[in-house]
Amino acid sequence: MRLLTHNMLSSNIKGVTNGFPLGIEVEKVIEKQVDFNPDFLKNMFLKIEWKALVDASRSLGYAELPEEAPDSSLIHSEDFLRKFHHAILELHLEEGALVCPQTGRKFPVNKGIPNMLLHEDEV
Amino acid sequence: MWYLCMFFHRLLDYRKAEVESLAELFGYVGDGLEWRLPQHHHPDSPFHFVNLPSEELARTIANRSILVKGIYEVWGEGGSYEELEEAIRNYPDDRKLPYLTADSTFRITVDSFGKVMSFQEQNDRIKGLAYIPFKGRVNLKTPEHRFWLMQTDDYGVSNGLPPVAQRTIFLGREVGAADRKLLPTYQLKSRNYLGPTAMDAEMAFLMANQALVKPGKLVYDPFVGTGSILVAAAHFGAMTMGADIDIRVVRDGRGPDCNVWSNFKQYGLPAPVALLRADNNLPPWRPSLKEVFDAIICDPPYGVRAGGRKSGGRKLLKGTVDPYTVPDDKRTDHIPSTGAYCLSECVHDLLDVAGKMLVMGGRLVYFYPVLREDDSRENHFPEHPCFKLVSSSEQILSSRYSRVLLTMVKIGPYTEEIAEAARIKHLEFRENHLKWLEDGNLHSSVFASTDTQLTATGDAKFSKEPRRKYRGKYV
Repeated sequence: MRLLTHNMLSSNIKGVTNGFPLGIEVEKVIEKQVDFNPDFLKNMFLKIEWKALVDASRSLGYAELPEEAPDSSLIHSEDFLRKFHHAILELHLEEGALVCPQTGRKFPVNKGIPNMLLHEDEV
Repeated sequence: MWYLCMFFHRLLDYRKAEVESLAELFGYVGDGLEWRLPQHHHPDSPFHFVNLPSEELARTIANRSILVKGIYEVWGEGGSYEELEEAIRNYPDDRKLPYLTADSTFRITVDSFGKVMSFQEQNDRIKGLAYIPFKGRVNLKTPEHRFWLMQTDDYGVSNGLPPVAQRTIFLGREVGAADRKLLPTYQLKSRNYLGPTAMDAEMAFLMANQALVKPGKLVYDPFVGTGSILVAAAHFGAMTMGADIDIRVVRDGRGPDCNVWSNFKQYGLPAPVALLRADNNLPPWRPSLKEVFDAIICDPPYGVRAGGRKSGGRKLLKGTVDPYTVPDDKRTDHIPSTGAYCLSECVHDLLDVAGKMLVMGGRLVYFYPVLREDDSRENHFPEHPCFKLVSSSEQILSSRYSRVLLTMVKIGPYTEEIAEAARIKHLEFRENHLKWLEDGNLHSSVFASTDTQLTATGDAKFSKEPRRKYRGKYV
């Protein structure tokens, strides 16, 4: 699971009002190289919740992203885009779990696939 | 300028829709393209004239398309070879001579529709074109200019095709042609990981074309299965994302080299940005996320070959069994049961997710099943205030039912009111789970035995006109 996905997901258990961002429990992180596509990154930059991305990337051991939400003019800087690219597309949570911030319920991540299906009594 | 567009004689209902989508993809702005049939041709004819603003656009469309055999600048057409010669002689020299120069190379291909022509006959036909002042050299493999002599014959009605009233011959200069080599490369029989309802490669590419897929776009399939639709989208350069409720399909596949990832690796395509297990009925997207996908392409489970599932399981069967509460010590590895997911609810959820998650102008492309007895089906396609229907193309699957590829475009924002209406409808589906399952059961209509059908519809069935026998319209 890439951090782009993490940034899009929340816990949707019945009654949970603050399901985002999901905490990350790390067992295994891998890196995979992905082709650099500036247009795609610029599009995604507008959709990303910055704080959640920074926290998530730190929990995966990558601390290169600026803490504060960067000014949108930064998307023209290749240096910044490369870091952003690495953070949202190249870092993978291969094994671990996503944790609902309100209830602590763990959504397992195995073989890079987050399992977001709810139990019978959570819908 | 008017160009002759010759189609492969397949998926007839999909042909014009594909060309119109590709025209839009490559920058054509306008309210649909202008089409015209050759004189006396049946609408099922493989020949259509289309008005395109430039040769460049015509070439780009043809090269990307799946169903266009070629787009041609017509130098002459006629009902006989004499008429053809007269038409070619009258075609302005300044359109012809630049392609006939001494330093150019060319080839002429003879093509007949509905009839096989012997090699000898083809050669004679080519020699019969001696009145055109070809100065260049022949090059069969990599000519600069390709000319096509195309002929439809007034063949009998026994070959399964509707009759073309009059024989027509065209001579055209090829502007562009489809790259069908794509199809053997991607054909399902060479795909590593397959499921029972994997989308065939040709259709998957058509769907990607309908969705205006191009590099850098983000495409989502909420019923990803083995990923056959996303493979086509990735081939055209899109970033892809897929979800499925069946974790075995997305996570495990049939082993380390036989899963959704390996299907992309097999063709050297970039792997999906994300694969996840999620329920289309209760999508796990963060509430503030919207307008993120450029296209949603999918083949929803409509309960004929594969039925849909949603979360909730036994809880939905109110009154018949007690709801199941998961004991705390068994939560970690608990496998939740799922409940049946009827088509109308599935499509409602799909439109709701698409309304929220597609960018403005983004397209939703999906299959919708229809029973063929339903004569007034035009009015029955799903609607949503955010969307406008772009095209609907039918493919007949059996005498009972067919599937229609619907292409919708997002034209309105996803407002609070729309979200609230969707929420109320969602609860309605939950409350009346069993009733909806019975009402929306396509499986029984498709597979009911003939006897029960007869009793149900009475004599009305016999008074109907017999179905047309030719495969024409929906081959």
